[in-house]
Order: sequence, then structure tokens, then C-alpha cells
Amino acid sequence: MTDITNQSLSEIIDNIKTKRISSTDLTKAYIKNIESAKKLNAFVTTTFDQALDKAKQFDAKPNFDQLLPGIPLAVKDLFCTENTKTTAGSNILNNFIPTYESTVTKNLWDSGSFLLGKLNCDEFAMGSSNETSYFGNVINPVKDQLVPGGSSGGSSSALAADLTPATIGTDTGGSIRQPASFTGTVGLKPTYGLCSRWGIVAFASSLDQAGPMTKTIKDCSIMLEAMSGFDKKDSTSINKKKEQYSKNLKNNIKGLKIGIPKEYRVDNMPKEIDELWKKGKKILKDLGAQLIDISLPHTKYALPTYYIVAPAEASSNLARYDGVRYGYRSKKGKDLIEMYENTRSEGFGDEVKRRILIGTYVLSSGYYDAYYLKAQKVRNLIKKDFDDNFLKVDAILTPSTPSSAFKIGEKTNDPVSMYLNDIFTVPVNLAGLPALSLPAGLDKQGLPLGLQLIGKALDEQKILNIGYAFEKNCAFKNKIKKWW
Amino acid sequence: MSLDKEKIKHVAKLARISVNEAKVDSLTKDLNSIFKFIEQLNELNTDKVEPLTSILNQSLRSRKDEINDGKIREKILKNSPKESEEFFVVPKVVE
Repeated sequence: MTDITNQSLSEIIDNIKTKRISSTDLTKAYIKNIESAKKLNAFVTTTFDQALDKAKQFDAKPNFDQLLPGIPLAVKDLFCTENTKTTAGSNILNNFIPTYESTVTKNLWDSGSFLLGKLNCDEFAMGSSNETSYFGNVINPVKDQLVPGGSSGGSSSALAADLTPATIGTDTGGSIRQPASFTGTVGLKPTYGLCSRWGIVAFASSLDQAGPMTKTIKDCSIMLEAMSGFDKKDSTSINKKKEQYSKNLKNNIKGLKIGIPKEYRVDNMPKEIDELWKKGKKILKDLGAQLIDISLPHTKYALPTYYIVAPAEASSNLARYDGVRYGYRSKKGKDLIEMYENTRSEGFGDEVKRRILIGTYVLSSGYYDAYYLKAQKVRNLIKKDFDDNFLKVDAILTPSTPSSAFKIGEKTNDPVSMYLNDIFTVPVNLAGLPALSLPAGLDKQGLPLGLQLIGKALDEQKILNIGYAFEKNCAFKNKIKKWW
Repeated sequence: MSLDKEKIKHVAKLARISVNEAKVDSLTKDLNSIFKFIEQLNELNTDKVEPLTSILNQSLRSRKDEINDGKIREKILKNSPKESEEFFVVPKVVE
């Protein structure tokens, strides 16, 4: 058999079901890949022994009716995993071993899969390049010295390098879609509330959402089906019937109306991004979709709004790291207050501290109205832009990112230039909508570029269908050759 | 508006993060550039706009106020940096 790890998740599932490969051999193949890919630094923790045990258990008593039969999966280290260290990429959680399992990972294991390891990410998911992790930079398998995107950079790198057949990330302002775009893979941020947030290390609770990262759209639909669902432990979880995204996947998109927002053509955007967008429009048009020019007038205010709302919620969420109940505790300090201050100063990295300070400031007495309240008003305007347009269109097509993957260190000295990376992905989080990043082409340096499909709330099936049709007609091929 | 060093030290105190004196200058520069970017929002008149309170257009569910777990003291204490006799231990608070 040719290398099984090159295949898509759905092909691997077929091979397991038809007994062409056992779960044990599959798991061994991934372990071999992971062991020879240390240079990418995609993993914080590996759980090989545990994975091999689970694989053997599956092979002894296989259940082929499950969605993910005998499939080993590595996940972002932001999901709490029972008895396996969960760090969120931070020194402050470097010794944290959860005594419980996140709902999303539990759903995956209940579907027949098991844990292969925990993937590196930006500290507390704050970053767009995986350069803020306490555990070091992750490298993009596309090319040495390139960032894999962030914050789910370990996830995108591991997936693209065949170190896991599929994975999951979290997306607060683009943390699934931007790394997917940088590595030529598929990433979906679901509707806010579709996947439970219970047991995920919190960043900005009104924006955070877990989602799949995969090689194909079909894989994406399988993973979404497995991980989503109502959870009474998350107060914002949507109570609705579970969808069968993979079974209902179809590629007929004739007559669908696709909105093209003029505000997503930004100043200084590389010509290649514009050409990619044109290519995407042509593919959808040729498939019988109708293109409609639309306007989302408040788009330019999305990023400034995000940089008030997200740090404000983060400063509140991260108040829990006090060195008392779990996590790192500084040995310095003569009293309780000094212990808190030193613990947080030594435990958090620079970007996390920056955002806590921004958040503390915008929520502090006398400034709340000018910043936080103002931002929540603008957020309403951004949401209304989408609501108004979704009366006219079925989905919206935009570029995923304003550039391809950049070099390590290129943007670390200027936080605002780093933030601008998320200019096309952030509006969707503010409005709670689902959005898919699809690999769509390569730039002249051979680096992958992605296009984004935004859907109505809970309309994941439609954007997956459009993506499915697009994928069949785009003929994107990732040209990753193992160099590491 | 611009943030000066004193203001930043005050906010750091509120956030319970000790800031190294050597880093205050670069932090001041970074935060000011971020706030300059954020303050683009002031161009917009939002006097008649309601703030967003829920993106789901639904109110939070209520549930019965009852115990649904419990007896997990050991689990809760398992990750504590310091504990004694089933309690978290912190540095001395009162003399």
C-alpha cells in the first residue's frame, strides 16, 4: 500500500472499514511521521502509548458504524483532555492536567477516534503566526522559515505535513481560517453556539468557536458532524437537532446567489489575491451560481471593534490565573498581592500581557462607555450589514487573508501589522456567522492562498456544498514535499 | 488620547501583572499604536445604535437550581500549586 497518511480522512475511513488497514497500523504510520517531524514543532505533547492501546482495542472489537472508526487525531492544545496535559501554549498552564474532558473532544472520541497528541498554538490563542507560544514557533511545512498562521498553527502544520488525518482548532478572529489558508488546507469556523465551548480554555467567550481543519470538504463535513451538537454545560450552546453534514453533501449549486462585497478589496492588497478572488468568482459562475455585488459598509471598523471586545473579554477570562487553584505559581513575593503579580508576570508572555492590559483599560471606570460600549454598538452595525445582505444572497465570497504565509519574525515588532492579517476573518466572528476557508491557488512563490465563504447563521450545509462544488472544479493541489 | 507610563503602571496594577521597568517604554509605544488604531471607531456616530447583547438572538436558558455533581474535592485540588488538609494554601494574608 502507498503511504496511507497522504490520503484524506474519508479515504482512510474507507480503508479502515474495508479492513485494508488496521487502526494499529494507521496509528503507527502517524507516529512514525510525527517522530521524524520534530523540526516543525507542531506538537506540545504526544500520547502514543495511549493511542496504540486505543487502536488495539478498536482492532480487537471494531465498530465500523461510527463516524470516525479507529481514527487517531491530534488536537489543538486549547481543548482540555482528561489526564493529558493541556497548556494553551502558555507557561502559566505548563503543569496543568485536566480532570475532565472538553465536550468537543469527548464527541470526537465517542465517534470512534482517539487522541494522538496535543498541538502547539499561540499562547491562549492570541496571535496570527504561532510565534507567541511558550513552546516555540511552529514551522509551515510548505517552506522552512515560514509561519503556519495562527493561532491554530500547530494544527495547520500537523495536518498539512500528514501528522494527523484531520484536526480541530478554535477561531476567535480567524484562528482556524487564516492558518488553513497559509497551509493549503480547509478550515471551518461554525456558527457561534454550534460546537460547545465547555472545556476549551477561554479567550473571548462571545467570539470563541471550535471547528474542523481538514484536507478536503468531505472530511470537514465528517468532522463537523462528529464534534458539533447541543451541550447543556455551555449556556450559549444552540439546542437543535444534529445535522448529517457528510450524508447531505452535494455539489449542485445552480441558482445560488453569491454576494461579492466591495469593501473586501483593501488598499495595498497584493494583485495575486485579487486575481485569486476573480478565479473563485469565475468557478462559481461557471457552476451556475449567480454573482451579486453587495456592500458591507462597516467592514473597516471590524478590526478596531475586535481589538476592544476580544481583549476586554480576555482580561476578564484570564483573571482566573492567579497561582492559587491551578497552574504556575511564582516563588517570589512577600504577600498574596505580590504573589499574584509575579505569577502573572512570569506566567504570561508579552502578547497576552498586552491584551490583558488593553482589556483592563477599556473596561476600567470612566472608559467603559468610550470603548467597550462603543464597540458593542459598532458590532451591532457590523452584524446588521450581514443580516441585511443575507436577505438577498445565499453566501458571500471573499479572500481569506490579505497575503500568503509570511516569514518568522517579519511582523513581530509591530502588533498592529500582525493584527491586520485578520482583516477578512474578524467580521464573521463579531457577527457569529459560519465561514469556510478553501484552498484556491498558489501565489508566484508557490505559497497557498485561500478563499472564504461566509454563510447565514446555521447554514453550514450550504457553504460546505458550495465548497464541495468549488473543490471539484478548482483542482487545487498542495505541493508539499517533505524537507524536514 | 495617549497613554503615558504612569497610566500603564496603574492599569498593570489593576490587572495584577508586575511590569518590569525596562519594558515600560516599549509597552507604552505598543499600546499607544494599538489605541490609535482602535480609535478609528470615533469616526462613527453611534448615538442612536443599541449595543449588541447577544449574537444568537436568544436569551440564556434557565435551569433548576440543583446540585448535579459534587464530591469532587480531590479533583478540584489536584492541580493546586500548594494545598494542605483539603484546602488551597496562599501566602500569609493577615499578620
